[in-house]
Amino acid sequence: MSNTISIPIENPWPRLGLRPLALAVMLLVLIATFFLSLSLGSVRIPFDQVLTIMLGGTPTRATWATIIYDFRLPKALTASLAGAALAVSGLQMQTLFRNPLADPYVLGVSSGASLGVALVVLTVGAAQTTLLSVVGVMGNLSMVVAACIGAAGVLLLVLALAQHVQSSVTLLILGLMIGYLTSAIVSLLLYFSIAERIHAYIAWSFGSFGGVTWNQLQVLAPVVLVGLVMAFILTKPLNALLLGESYAQTLGLPIRHARMAVVVGSALLAGAVTAFCGPVGFLGIAVPHLCRALLRSGDHRVLVPACTLLGATIALLADIAAQAPGSDVVLPLNAVTALIGAPVVVWMMLRRGMGREAFGV
Amino acid sequence: MKDVILEAKQVTIGYTARGLPTRVVASDLNLHLHTGEVICLLGPNGVGKSTLLRTLVGMQAPLAGHVLLGGADLFTLPPRERARRLSVVLTERVELGQLSVYALVTLGRHPHTDWMGRLSAHDEQVARWALEAVGATNLAQRQVHQLSDGERQRVMVARALAQEPLLMVLDEPTAFLDLPRRVEMMHLLRRLARETKRALLLSTHDLDLALRTADVLWLLAPGGTIFSGAPEDLVLTGAFEATFATTGIGFDRHHGSFRVHPPAQRRVALVGDGLVGAWTARALERVGCQLATDDESPSLRVVVGGDPHAPRWEVAFNGGPPQQAASLHALAALVCEHV
Repeated sequence: MSNTISIPIENPWPRLGLRPLALAVMLLVLIATFFLSLSLGSVRIPFDQVLTIMLGGTPTRATWATIIYDFRLPKALTASLAGAALAVSGLQMQTLFRNPLADPYVLGVSSGASLGVALVVLTVGAAQTTLLSVVGVMGNLSMVVAACIGAAGVLLLVLALAQHVQSSVTLLILGLMIGYLTSAIVSLLLYFSIAERIHAYIAWSFGSFGGVTWNQLQVLAPVVLVGLVMAFILTKPLNALLLGESYAQTLGLPIRHARMAVVVGSALLAGAVTAFCGPVGFLGIAVPHLCRALLRSGDHRVLVPACTLLGATIALLADIAAQAPGSDVVLPLNAVTALIGAPVVVWMMLRRGMGREAFGV
Repeated sequence: MKDVILEAKQVTIGYTARGLPTRVVASDLNLHLHTGEVICLLGPNGVGKSTLLRTLVGMQAPLAGHVLLGGADLFTLPPRERARRLSVVLTERVELGQLSVYALVTLGRHPHTDWMGRLSAHDEQVARWALEAVGATNLAQRQVHQLSDGERQRVMVARALAQEPLLMVLDEPTAFLDLPRRVEMMHLLRRLARETKRALLLSTHDLDLALRTADVLWLLAPGGTIFSGAPEDLVLTGAFEATFATTGIGFDRHHGSFRVHPPAQRRVALVGDGLVGAWTARALERVGCQLATDDESPSLRVVVGGDPHAPRWEVAFNGGPPQQAASLHALAALVCEHV
């Protein structure tokens, strides 16, 4: 740089920092929410007792340890993983498609999972299978397997198509069409099914963090972690994609590889969550917008960790609300996320011009 | 001798689409770009300017021939290395939210940073220098979506400059700007090419600005012929007429601009000079008169009178009595009335 002009280092240059303070606050909020979710539920366990149990001590009531280890801890871990996964996946989809309305499911992964589950719940076993065996312990497992197969099937189909597709918009439309196709088949299955089975399918479609066992977590956790690590590695290509694919290409980004990596990573995240928790909506589209508005940043080096932390926090809060603490009622998760989340997002949009600024539209 | 930055050797450009015959836009092109040069690519709509630009920046492979960038084949250069030699400003409008102008310009450092995209002190310095070079330091804090079209285009140029390329290619950089902003943009590009010893290739429809700014013009004519040379040479050789030949429109070599041929041509004798004389001639041409040469007999005679700050005009038709006009508007009206 022979012709560099010496410029004073302080203002007018805005800081491009990675916002460690804001991220640290978000991490603390996540940890607090995590413990809160262990404490609250149909039975309230005092905070100090939760800490005692988590640190391996003996609580004043032995059942509390059982409640935490067998129910609340796996559920809280599932909620955290799922929330982080959906938020990061949604962020990647919004950036790749440069569309503020994109969510983790635009590629049709959840449609594939729904089809798998619908096939198991609505058709398998014919008359002699009682409803109990479908939604019972074994039934739950078969639903997870069916959802996994469905999600993976659509994922592979989308990836195969992605290799031959020139633009991301085509990919977006393909994902939409796959979604329509699968929901058409599900509609047919629902039409010819019986009431109890339809109810079981609909219950699955509400989404839940509660059904995941420690064994299933051993599958869910590594897949989600792989997806999150991929997102962290892909921050630089994602930042380049902010300018659109043409500009990203002129910045030296091997566009096909980058697009493929983003699609694989976010489909893994969305697919794993859908398989184990059902099609949990809303988080994936809203959390990236919340992060952009809160941190006033479009830089993925900030947004990926922020979405991980805030996504997990909001999933935990939604789960706490769905459990309606102090009662035995369990509300449908998707209803709760949207019922509480939508007004919050509307408020944020009006207050801080969130959606408008997300992509400058 | 200036260094050659980009060289097209026997390049054929065009499209191949599955199931369709290959469409050749232009063939056997031999083109050169040197350091410090501004090159404007001009041509009628639909002649293949975009195809040529896309080929020269490596977004589209040529049907035949080679494009060399800094001596290396454009299509075998690794993408990152290519991005260090070549940056592009496209016409597509970039919609960005929650990103400051400064952050946008630092994205230009992409091919120079590590896998995480970490900016070194040097990277930030280059980004600041780029913003300074386009005179947009005061915009650094602003959000990209708050910029006007002119500011946005400056910032996009700064982003391309931050890539520190040998060659910057700009697709219609003046397209969405008003006239003063266009002149500003072209002067900026001219200055950047000279001061930073980079080559600038841009496509434009601004004939007048291109004639006044470019070191070299490339005129892409229908049929795929390309005329390359200094703007003035191309005017004198008649390349403009060949490129833009259309009925009803002619290229005026004296003024270096296109004008509509009025249907009826009347010869006029004009007495008057200086600024007022020049604009009187323009007004008369607008209403279908042409200045008579010495051997032509004029059908009307216009005399500029008064003083330069308050000019008056006298017009006489076919030797008739002179009529007075207090403005060129009135003069033009008189000429139009008298058919």
